[in-house]
Amino acid sequence: NSTLVIAEHNNEKLTPITLNTVAAAKKLGGDVSCLVVGTQCSKVAEEVSKIEGVNKVLLADNDAFKGFLPEAISPLLVATQNQFKYTHILAGATAFGKNLIPRTAALLDVSPISDIIGVESPDTFIRTIYAGNAIQTVKSNDAVKIITVRGTAFAPVEVTGGSAATEPAPGSDVTNDLSEFVSQELTKSDRPELTGAKTVISGGRGMKNGENFKLLYDLADKMHAAVGASRAAVDAGFVPNDMQVGQTGKIVAPELYIAVGISGAIQHLAGMKDSKIIVAINKDPDAPIFQVADYGLVMDLFKAVPELDSLIK
Amino acid sequence: MSAYRVLVGCKRVIDYAVKIRVKPDKLGVVTDGVKHSMNPFDEIAIEEAIRLKEKKLASEVVAFSCGPTASQETLRTAMAMGADRAIHVEIDGKEAETLQPIHVAKLLSKVAQEEKIDIIMLGKQAIDDDCNQTAQMTASLLNWPQATFASKIENDNGSFKVTREIDGGLETIKVKLPAVISADLRLNEPRYATLPNIMKAKKKPLAKKKPSDYGVEVKAHQQVLKVEDPPVRQAGQKLETVEDLVVKLKDGGFV
Repeated sequence: NSTLVIAEHNNEKLTPITLNTVAAAKKLGGDVSCLVVGTQCSKVAEEVSKIEGVNKVLLADNDAFKGFLPEAISPLLVATQNQFKYTHILAGATAFGKNLIPRTAALLDVSPISDIIGVESPDTFIRTIYAGNAIQTVKSNDAVKIITVRGTAFAPVEVTGGSAATEPAPGSDVTNDLSEFVSQELTKSDRPELTGAKTVISGGRGMKNGENFKLLYDLADKMHAAVGASRAAVDAGFVPNDMQVGQTGKIVAPELYIAVGISGAIQHLAGMKDSKIIVAINKDPDAPIFQVADYGLVMDLFKAVPELDSLIK
Repeated sequence: MSAYRVLVGCKRVIDYAVKIRVKPDKLGVVTDGVKHSMNPFDEIAIEEAIRLKEKKLASEVVAFSCGPTASQETLRTAMAMGADRAIHVEIDGKEAETLQPIHVAKLLSKVAQEEKIDIIMLGKQAIDDDCNQTAQMTASLLNWPQATFASKIENDNGSFKVTREIDGGLETIKVKLPAVISADLRLNEPRYATLPNIMKAKKKPLAKKKPSDYGVEVKAHQQVLKVEDPPVRQAGQKLETVEDLVVKLKDGGFV
């Protein structure tokens, strides 16, 4: 077996999910190569070459990769695959990976496997369906397995310990006149990133409006926590979609998850039920969130959250 | 500028409010006698296509579905919302079980070529298999650009400026037409079909096709070995006061 992992980064720094993806790759056995594709991203290639368990780094540095558009990266991946004949191609199940992997798979006439949470054998994988309501074990008959990996399901490998050589990736002289990157507006926040935070505090429809989320932001700042939201809160327009925790949003598995005014719809539970400790605050004692919570507080959140805030130093 | 021809995919799935039950043979989930509806993300895609038509940017909206005969109900819903006509590719029995995004993408790309489509609008993922693949694969097969996870689209002289939902915020890209766009949650709020429109939709044309009409073979790329219930998380304890919670958080070393 030999696996190619597509590194995710912003041309400056590696995105942590790459470490989880390399961990999944190691479970497959065999060599692990990492493809770093971007624009002036040699710094990232250096970072990747030190990752534990990475045997080789392929670097594709070209202006055509600006914005990491899949129209440019997919042909590069196909050229790389044609040269090295990997048995597996992996990327993290992020906006980047989900955008790129199926486009590449179609060019290779392969049916990709999305968002795996486990590796049973080199051709058999475990993933969730129906928003985590059922767990599917699926065997791939394709010659190359093309996969996205749920980061929270694989413990990250170490960022040091490796000393892989870097070589240029084949076929990086691509052009792209189909699409064009215009701009990016990332939410600026001093709080930790949602999928990597040790503590996550999420609000649901019970928050009533966007302004009330300030209660959660204040508490989060005291607890060094990230703030998330249920799909209901996003649908209602309280907060932006990138805060959504759930099967159609982000999958998180922090040490501590505090669900505030969240009823616990299945699709939300799918995004957070692997958290180590779950606390639920909801005034409805029958809310399904209490069925998964380690500690439940049946109380009006507008009373409970300020009180909690005042009791935490 | 001539108006665009829009193709919209819509999938019939188990209704989002239904509690999923795994079948006793552990090879799938119970679908018999279970309420089905249109995949919610596809409703958003249909709504956006209809809005393009209402803005006179689109000349025709064609709804597409593949799957068992019952998929035609979903297509009627799409037409009741405002799609002009529909194409159903019937796939039943064993073939339906092996049907995957790659096959749907192949069918969509053939239909798009045959119908001289400018824009394919799809939901970003279906809420049954949660694959999130069809839009990307369709764009790939056609060598068209893809604007996935769209939360806003703007016509810009033969291209579309699309705002995308990405991790940590938003991103704007420009795609040349023809293109594939996949809808995220916040693109719009789909309308409800009114009773008069539901009646009208019954008379709109619905073409019935087979995969072989498009030269597509529903070949099994994968085999589902097992479907199981997720591990059950034990409910913990109810606490009486916020002080009790603070004690627990302190014990856990969180505060």
